[in-house]
Amino acid sequence: MAMTTSHRPGFADLPGLMARMTGDEKHDHAAESTLDVLWVLYDRVLRISPQTADSPGRDRFLLSKGHGPMAYYAVLAAKGFIDPALLPGFGSFGSPLGHHPDRNLLPGVEISSGSLGHGLPLGVGVALGLKAAGQDAARVFVLIGDGELDEGSNHEAIAFAGAVGLDRLHVVVVDNSSSRYGWPGGAERRFVVEGWSAARVSGRDHAALEAAFRQSHPGRPHVVVAVIEPGEG
Amino acid sequence: MDTMRERFYRVAGLLLDDDPRLAVALAVIGGDAFKAARQRHPDRVIDLGIREQLLISVTGGLALAGLRPIAHTFAPFLTERPFEQIKLDLVHQDVGAVLVSAGASYDYPFYGRTHLAPGDVRLLDTLPGWTVHVPGHPDEAERLLRDAAAASGRVYLRLSLPANQRSLAGPGAGMSVLRTGTSGTIIAVGPLADAVLAATAGLDVTVLYAATIRPFDGAALRATLTVPDVVLVEPYLAGTSVPQVAAALADIPHRVLGLGVGLDELRRYGTPGEHQAAHGLDAAGLRAGITGFLAGPPVLDQPRAAVHSV
Repeated sequence: MAMTTSHRPGFADLPGLMARMTGDEKHDHAAESTLDVLWVLYDRVLRISPQTADSPGRDRFLLSKGHGPMAYYAVLAAKGFIDPALLPGFGSFGSPLGHHPDRNLLPGVEISSGSLGHGLPLGVGVALGLKAAGQDAARVFVLIGDGELDEGSNHEAIAFAGAVGLDRLHVVVVDNSSSRYGWPGGAERRFVVEGWSAARVSGRDHAALEAAFRQSHPGRPHVVVAVIEPGEG
Repeated sequence: MDTMRERFYRVAGLLLDDDPRLAVALAVIGGDAFKAARQRHPDRVIDLGIREQLLISVTGGLALAGLRPIAHTFAPFLTERPFEQIKLDLVHQDVGAVLVSAGASYDYPFYGRTHLAPGDVRLLDTLPGWTVHVPGHPDEAERLLRDAAAASGRVYLRLSLPANQRSLAGPGAGMSVLRTGTSGTIIAVGPLADAVLAATAGLDVTVLYAATIRPFDGAALRATLTVPDVVLVEPYLAGTSVPQVAAALADIPHRVLGLGVGLDELRRYGTPGEHQAAHGLDAAGLRAGITGFLAGPPVLDQPRAAVHSV
């Protein structure tokens, strides 16, 4: 695909960027479960840009569900954090683009992830640290999966963040029904019982996702469950 | 004399006053001791409840946000229970942190195996980049804490209840020479130094003292080496630093004996002194182990016989 400085890539460009990682133009890359959520966050919500990628007051986005990061890399490339020329090297020995991202290899990547259940607890620490450092405008967004929520470490983080009202912390649970035993009453119930604010929206509806992320939640952390219908990704 | 743990609580509270970059993360243990500091710095003294995975992850997150975090609880719950968090949320993220443990190998043996962590230093040896301090005196613990708080790397500070009568560390990070002799070298680590000095009274050996065991001060070992027979006396798993001695003396035919805490469970309660003796680490046990090794003929490491005779 053509990418020039005069062209600001949009959502429609993401499948093409992802195809550069796989060399597979026919695969329906739009089916990736995190694609819309990532795009809405980077396009409409996060106060971050390549120019402010190291600014102490920037918003932090932590991709906890590091599996299948092609959508993430595509969004980072579309937004100018990484050079699209890196994409074809995906997963190779000399490439900074692994099947799980490494913050020490890529600008704009806040955490190295891959093992499930680390991003949300790290995000609690980042949120506490930003508060202690007086970075009052900086918010933290963590993307996890509904299957990832099986990991007990998340529940230490959910209970603590709720108890102390860590309102700069935001979690989006991309719910594609991959938890082995499911979450009766919805994944958000695990958060709400600990005092979180919660919203449930379609993981494909950009306007609804943006509204859910912008929902006011004073004094409470906020979770958005982004539902991906089975078969969608 | 105060304990290392009491000193840590007091000095860390003072450091919080001086350094706005510093934060203390707790999992209930130490919460009362930090109460006054927490009132002064509510955003920088964080008690996570009984959540040790979260303790280490939050420590990593604080570092990612630009702070210098100190995490503290009992050694098994600081290093073993959340080991993957140490591996990934500190080391793999490549952030700095200070982990300060209490309890050591057998400080609270009446609690049983759950509260013993003789394997902590060996476990951290599986990860890169850790500085490991094993102070033998509250003054050493304070100095090492202050240095660690002011630095930026990954530091493990292993506090213990037993302590030497006086501080034995030199001014630098390297090993200090407590005694010189000509028929071998004994390396005493942290709180076992007094027992080593008593055990080697009258023996013609060099006694080195280490309050910092990683990085290992191989240069001091080589600089003071006479007969290349080396006995390590470590207050955690026996033999933990044998690979470091072997690396330091790789080009010299040598013998090395690793004395320390045995791997097998004692399944005993009691006191720290009883456990020290049961592992052959009191003066009598050490003297037997050291003289047997130095007398030769060369035998391989069999220091644990005493453990099974309790």
